Amino acid sequence: MTPRILLAVSQRVLTQLRRDHRTAAMLLVLPCVLMTLLWWMFQDLPGGLFDRFGPALLAMFPFIVMFLVTSVTTLRERSSGTLERLLAMPMAKLDFLGGYAVAFGVVAAVQAALAVALSVGLLGLNVDGPVLLLGLVAVADAVLGTALGLFVSAFARTEFQAVQFMPLFVIPQILLCGLFVPRGAMPGFLHGVSDVLPLSYATDAMQTLVSSSATGDVWRDLGVVVAFAAAALGLGAATLRRRTP
Amino acid sequence: MVNNLVEVRDLVVDRGGRRVLHGLDLTIEQGSVTGLLGPSGCGKSTLMRSLVGVQQLTSGRVTIAGAEAGGKELRSRIGYVTQAASVYDDLTVRENLSFFGRVLGAASDAVAEAIATVDLADHADQVVGRLSGGQRSRASLAVALLNAPDLLVLDEPTVGLDPVLRRDLWALFHRLADDGAAVFVSSHVMDEAERCDRLLLMREGRIIADDTPAHIREKTQTDDIEGAFLALVDADSTEERDRP
Repeated sequence: MTPRILLAVSQRVLTQLRRDHRTAAMLLVLPCVLMTLLWWMFQDLPGGLFDRFGPALLAMFPFIVMFLVTSVTTLRERSSGTLERLLAMPMAKLDFLGGYAVAFGVVAAVQAALAVALSVGLLGLNVDGPVLLLGLVAVADAVLGTALGLFVSAFARTEFQAVQFMPLFVIPQILLCGLFVPRGAMPGFLHGVSDVLPLSYATDAMQTLVSSSATGDVWRDLGVVVAFAAAALGLGAATLRRRTP
Repeated sequence: MVNNLVEVRDLVVDRGGRRVLHGLDLTIEQGSVTGLLGPSGCGKSTLMRSLVGVQQLTSGRVTIAGAEAGGKELRSRIGYVTQAASVYDDLTVRENLSFFGRVLGAASDAVAEAIATVDLADHADQVVGRLSGGQRSRASLAVALLNAPDLLVLDEPTVGLDPVLRRDLWALFHRLADDGAAVFVSSHVMDEAERCDRLLLMREGRIIADDTPAHIREKTQTDDIEGAFLALVDADSTEERDRP
């Protein structure tokens, strides 16, 4: 792995994003709009529902958005021949994957900063734990989404197919992450499944941060998310082949 | 003295259950422009991918300067241009080249130089996606020139270009060869044959002639390479019929 090459990749990805105003705006503004919508929806209801659902949503945005963006962009690299060209150059697979992860990690940090500032500052989300840690979890979620997106892009032949992986990889995680039914109250089998899905840990971390100032469990959950992301990057690296049939 | 940079021995490649290359033997020398001519679908791109080391080989060997093709130490010494322009459409010409230059660890003035060489200085700050097809493929070619490679593998780099530009590019290939590089260019347009120092004619995954354009014409008693190609194919099929 060469830091020079890895950073060249991240900088290039960020330049591409900057050039694409519509995508950049969607990445940064959309989460804020959706958080506001959620807050508005629960506004007249008793029971602190925004405090219950808000954190999970903060965990989900970076994950879903980065999953989509990455699976489509890497697929484009595979089909346009730029990936083949890069792999014929002195570039390690981890330079490529790491470059993407760093670039989208940076975007996620900005995205999380905006969404958290809005939620805590204007919409009155109660966060008992450290707010910075909330941002850190969001960045880890984004890297996880990036890593999974890189991985699935290997199994899609068209951008259309790549987008179809979203329902397969993401929606089950949303259903089972504890947002709708607390994970402890699920049937035993589903609880077991949710235990091996990374978004469950991201959601747990966010919910703990909001409801308590103890951070021990958050760090553990964050560790699990990072481990999943690293494993997905490893799998992604395995799908990048220098020599193809 | 002939200095072979590339040696291909008994190269067999199968793709999708079909044999694409049938045991090729060939060499490519330094300091010359070698042309690979044949109809589309005859295996030119597969051969080029094998040289660069991105093609899975079924059997046989490809070595470059004595090292296995695709080896780590070779990756910064080969310039490769794929048939489709492999550049980022949403970046400018300069941004594309700066990026690939950083990956290659090329000198800082290499970017401006490569842009000038392919005559894109006037379009350097335009987004590649808005350029014409010919301009895009020149941007892609410029990437391959960034690190002054020992071997240039160019897959149909002159397709769709205006004749003046085509002539200029061939002049460029010869300049690069004079500076010591081995230039390997493919084309499906037979009239580009005369511009090569040496020609490999390819058909259905086999090399059917390997010589200078003049010698090939002489041997087949034809006036142009297209005629020579037909004569060789005819001779080949007669031979096949005559076999018991």
